Amino acid sequence: MIPAAFDYHRADTLDDALKLLKKYGDEAKVLSGGMSLLPMLKLRLASFAHLVDINRVPGLDYIKEEKGTLRIGAMTRQAALERSDLIRTQYPILADAVPLIADPLVRNRGTIGGNVANGDPGNDQPAIMLALGATFVARGSKERSIPASQFYKGLYSTALAPGEILTEIRIPAPPPKSGGAYAKLKRKTGDFAVAAAAVQLTLGKNGAIERAGIGLTNAGLTPVEAVDAAKYLVGKMPDEKTIAEAAKMAAAKSSPSADRRGSVEYKKEMARVLTARALRKAVQRAGGN
Amino acid sequence: MSEPRTDAKICGMGHSMKRKEDPRFIRGQGRYIDDFTLPGMLYMDIVRSPHAHARIKKINTARALKIPGVLAVIDGPTLAKYNLHWMPTISADTQMVLPIDEVMYQAQEVCAVIATERYIAADGVDAVEVEYEPLPVMVDPHKSLAPGAPVLRKDKEGKKDNLAFHWQAGDKADAERALAASDVVISENVYLPRIHVASMETCGCIADFDTAQGKLTVYMTTQAPHAVRTVFALVAGHVGLSEEKIRIVSPDIGGGFGGKVPVYPGYVIAVAASVVIGKPIKWIEDRMENLQADSFARDYHMKVELGAKRDGTMTSLKIKTVADHGYANASANPSKFPTGLFSICTGSYDLKHAFCEVDAAYTHKPPGGVAYRCSFRVTEAVHAIERATDALAQKLNMDPAELRMKNFIKPEQFPYKSVLGWEYDSGNYGVALKKAMDIIGYDALRREQAEKRKKGDLMGIGISSFTEIVGAGPSRDFDILGIKMFDSAEIRVHPTGKAIARFGTKSQGQGHETTYAQIVAEELGIPAAHVQVEEGDTDTAPYGLGTYASRSTPTSGAACALAARKIRDKAKKIAAHLLEVSEQDLDWEPGKFFVKGAPQMAKTIQECAFAAYTNHPQGMEAGLEAVHYYDPPNLTFPFGSYICVVDIDRGTGDVKVRRFVAVDDCGNIINPMIVEGQIHGGLTQGIGPALYEEISYDDEGNISGGSFLDYYVPTALETPHWETDKTTTPSPHHPFGAKGVGESATVGAPPAIANAVVRKSASGRIRVATAMTTTMRTIERPAGEPV
Ligand SMILES: Cc1cc2nc3c(=O)[nH]c(=O)nc-3n(C[C@H](O)[C@H](O)[C@H](O)COP(=O)(O)OP(=O)(O)OC[C@H]3O[C@@H](n4cnc5c(N)ncnc54)[C@H](O)[C@@H]3O)c2cc1C
Repeated sequence: MIPAAFDYHRADTLDDALKLLKKYGDEAKVLSGGMSLLPMLKLRLASFAHLVDINRVPGLDYIKEEKGTLRIGAMTRQAALERSDLIRTQYPILADAVPLIADPLVRNRGTIGGNVANGDPGNDQPAIMLALGATFVARGSKERSIPASQFYKGLYSTALAPGEILTEIRIPAPPPKSGGAYAKLKRKTGDFAVAAAAVQLTLGKNGAIERAGIGLTNAGLTPVEAVDAAKYLVGKMPDEKTIAEAAKMAAAKSSPSADRRGSVEYKKEMARVLTARALRKAVQRAGGN
Repeated sequence: MSEPRTDAKICGMGHSMKRKEDPRFIRGQGRYIDDFTLPGMLYMDIVRSPHAHARIKKINTARALKIPGVLAVIDGPTLAKYNLHWMPTISADTQMVLPIDEVMYQAQEVCAVIATERYIAADGVDAVEVEYEPLPVMVDPHKSLAPGAPVLRKDKEGKKDNLAFHWQAGDKADAERALAASDVVISENVYLPRIHVASMETCGCIADFDTAQGKLTVYMTTQAPHAVRTVFALVAGHVGLSEEKIRIVSPDIGGGFGGKVPVYPGYVIAVAASVVIGKPIKWIEDRMENLQADSFARDYHMKVELGAKRDGTMTSLKIKTVADHGYANASANPSKFPTGLFSICTGSYDLKHAFCEVDAAYTHKPPGGVAYRCSFRVTEAVHAIERATDALAQKLNMDPAELRMKNFIKPEQFPYKSVLGWEYDSGNYGVALKKAMDIIGYDALRREQAEKRKKGDLMGIGISSFTEIVGAGPSRDFDILGIKMFDSAEIRVHPTGKAIARFGTKSQGQGHETTYAQIVAEELGIPAAHVQVEEGDTDTAPYGLGTYASRSTPTSGAACALAARKIRDKAKKIAAHLLEVSEQDLDWEPGKFFVKGAPQMAKTIQECAFAAYTNHPQGMEAGLEAVHYYDPPNLTFPFGSYICVVDIDRGTGDVKVRRFVAVDDCGNIINPMIVEGQIHGGLTQGIGPALYEEISYDDEGNISGGSFLDYYVPTALETPHWETDKTTTPSPHHPFGAKGVGESATVGAPPAIANAVVRKSASGRIRVATAMTTTMRTIERPAGEPV
C-alpha cells in the first residue's frame, strides 16, 4: 500500500493548475479529495509522475441556484452537500444519496467533482447526474459543457481531455410537480452499491409522467442511463403496473459483474427492485400519490 | 460469587475496575511493533505470487538492485543455502518459507527485498520481475480428495493423495444404528465459509541480531512468545541459534484472535536476513497481505445428520466434514487434536450416540486454519449441532426452544461424560435459555412472527444454546509440538508491599494487565492498582504457551491465584513471627492477618512484605515471591443461550438484526465490565461471518475478499444493540471457579443469526441465504415479483 514516487504540485489558481496540467500532459493527474485517486496510487493500480492539487484553488466550492439552474462547484465536498438546505429541500435525489456515500471521513474530503469525474461506475453521483440531465463544465484551453449523458466512455474513461479540469456541475432546476429519489443497496457502511437506482421525474397536469430520467449505479462498465425505461414512462400514469414495467426495462439495461456483492442474476434483480422503489418514492415526492 | 469480597480500594474479583491499560491505548501511547525504530534498521517488503499455482521460471532482480537503497533480494535458493527454505507448521506439517520452484497459492511469498527505507523496499518489490509458468489449480476440497486427483504435495515422498489428515471420534456403527432406529432424521449441509481474523493491527516483526553478543531479539506480533522462541531454537539450531541466545518480545498487540499464533514466512525471512546482514530488519504486512496470505479460519463443509424420537428426544448425531486446509496444514491445534475440540459437537444435549469425522484436504490456497476466536474449532461444532437442532425442530413442527429444553443435559447430570469423551465440568443450560427467553419476550415474538408470515413479511427468530470447551489444557492430553499446555505465573512482592506479576500468556487487548492484577488483589489484598502486570518478554516472563482458545484465565489465571496463595502462606508465617503467635492462631481477611478473637492484633500484607526483606524470621528465606506452573485437571465448559430477532427485506434479502439477547455463563467473574466487553466484541465477530464476511476463490484460485473493499467487517452501524445478561455456574475444579469467556460469543452468535435467517421452505429451497450458507445471497421468492 505504498505508492510509486510522484511529484506533488499545489496550484493556487485555476490558471496555475491548467498550466501545470499542460506542462506535464498525460503524466499529470488532478488531485481533489483524493479519496479515489490515493487508494489507486497506493495499490499501484495507477501511477502518475505529477499530481496537481486543486484544493487551494478558490472559487470552486459553492452550491447555488441561478436562473433555473443549480450550479455546484467541482470542489464542493460531500459533507457540504449533506448540510445544504437547498439540496435537502429541493433535490431529494441528492439528499438521499450523499449520506450513503462511503463514511463521514470520506465525505469530509471527497468532492462532487471527483465523484463524477472519476469514471467509476460504482460512484453514486454519476447515475444521479444522468437522471437529472446534468451538464458538466470543463476548463482547458477554453471552457466547454458536456452533457452527463455523453460524459462516460468506459471504465475510468470520460470525455475529459488530459489538460482539462471539471469546474462546475449544472443541473436544471426541477419544475413544480417534480420528484426524485435514490435507492441504494450496499453490504455495509462504507461499501459501494450492490446496485442502486436514481430516478428523477416530473408529473404533468393530469398526473401523467411528463419527463423521467433513470440512472443505475454499478450496473456495467459505465454508469447506465435507462433511456428506454424513461421513455416508456413518459405520458403514462405512474401506477404500480407502469412502475413494475419500467423497473423491468431498466434492469434489462444493466450488465453487472459478479463479485462479493452478489451474482449477476442477483444484481440484475436488485436493479429492478431498487428502480421500482426509487420510482415509487419519486412519484410520491412529486405529489403523485 | 455475587458480591465482591474486597472493597473498591483493593479491587479484587467482581469489581468493574477500569482497565489499567486503557489510558495509554486511548491516548495513542500504546507501543505496537510499527512504533519501534532501532538504530540502523532496514526494511523488508515481500514479492508475492499473482498465481495460485505456477512454476517459477526466473526471478530477475537486476532492475530492483539498481534502485538506490535496495540492498538485497532474498529468494528460496538463498534460504536453501542455510536449509531455511522450508519450516514446520504448528501442526507438524511443512510449509515453504520461500519457494524454490513452485508457488502453491495466490499471494504466496516469492522473494523479499531489503532496503534502507520502507518506501524504497516497496519500489524494489515493484521492480522485481518474476517469470511464471501457470499450472493447473485445485480450489475445490471435494475434488481434491476425489480418487485420481493430481497430487499437490509432490514434495512429500510417497504421498499419493491430497488428504492432509483424517480424524474421527465416536463409534460409527453405533451412531449409524441409532440413526437408523430413529423416528425422524434430518440431514443438513452446513458450510462455515473461509474467514479471516482481520485484526486491527496486521502482523510484523523487527528481527535484531546482535553480532557482538550472538543474540537474536525478535520483536513480533505473537500470541505465544515462548513457544515461538522454542520453535526458532529447534528450527534454526543448525545455523547456530540457541535458545538462551533468543529473546522474543511481544509488545502491545492490536488484536490476535488466533491469527498471531502461527509463525509466518515473513518472520523467518526477516530473522534470516538479520542474522546474515547483522542489522535489525523491520517487516510489517499491509492489510491485503494480511487478508490474503495469513492463516484463514473455518472453511468446514459439514454434513450433519441428527436423529430423534417422535417426541423430540434426540437419539444420534453423525457429522462428516471436509475441511479445506490450503496447501499446508498450519492449524493451530493441540497435537492430539488435529481438528481441535470439534468433538464437543454433541453440544448442550444429552446424546447417547454420536460419531464425527473430518477429512482434511490440500488445495491451492494459503495454509491454515487458525483457531479464530473459536476455542479450537468449537465454532464449527456448535454451528453444526445448533443448525441441526433447528432443522429438527422444523421437521418435528416443534418450537426450537422447547426442543432444546427437552434435550439439555440436566443440572444433576454434571459432571457429565459425553459420548465423544469429554467430561463437562458443570452447567445449567435450561436456566440460561429461560432467562434469554424472558428478556426478549419470546412468546410475544413468536405471535408477532406468525402474524407477519401471514402477510408475507419475513421475520426470523433464532436461538443458539451453546456449550464451550476452553482452558487447554491438562498435560496428559494437551501439547503443541510436544510442549505441554500448562501455563504460568510469577509474582514478586516488593518491600513496600507493591508487586510485579509476570505470565506465560500474552494479552492482545483482553485486559490482562487489569484482570491478573485483580486476581492478585483478591488473593493477597494488595490493591490491584499496586500490581504491575507484564507479559510477552521471554527473557523475563515465566514459560507458557500463550493466549488463545480462552485459556488465559483457566490456566495462567489459576497459576496466578496459586502463586499468590504460596505467597500468602509465607506471609502468614511472617505475620505469626511479627505478632509472636502461632500460625494456627491467625485468620485472614483480604489484606491482613489477625489473631483469632483479637482482631486489633493484625499485620497487613504490606507489613509482612516489608518484614520479608527487613525482619524475616531466622531460618526462613528472605523475600516474598512465588512461581506457579498450573496444569489444569480438566477443561472448563462455559455456556450460554442467545436469541436474536431479524427483519428481512423481502425485496433484497437484506437482514437487519432487530434485537440480540445474550445470556452467558462463564463461572465466577473477575471483572464484569471486561467480560461484557469480551462478549460485545465476540458477538460482533459472530455476526461478521454470519452476515458479511467471507473469503472465496474462483476456479483459477484468485481470491475475493482479499481487501477491506470486499471483506466486509461489520462497523458500529451494522452492529445491533447487544443485550447481555448472565447466570453463574462456577467451575468446580478451577481455583476460583472461573471458566474463560474470550470466545463464547464468537462461538455462540453465528448459529443464532443463521437460525433466524435460514429456513427451509416446503419447496426445499432456502428462504434467505447469506454468506453463512451459500457464497451469495439468494431469496426464496419468484424473481420479478413486485417488491
Ligand atoms: C472507503 C471508501 C468508500 C467509498 N464509497 C463510496 C460510495 O459508496 N459511493 C461513491 O460514490 N463513492 C465512494 N467512494 C469514493 C469517494 O466518493 C471519492 O471521494 C470520489 O470517488 C472521488 O472524489 P475525490 O474528490 O476524492 O476525487 P479524487 O480521488 O481526488 O479524484 C478522483 C479522480 O477524479 C479526477 N478528478 C477529481 N477532481 C477533478 C476535477 N475537478 N477535474 C478533473 N478531474 C478531476 C482525479 O484526477 C482522479 O482521476 C469511497 C471511497 C472510499 C475511500
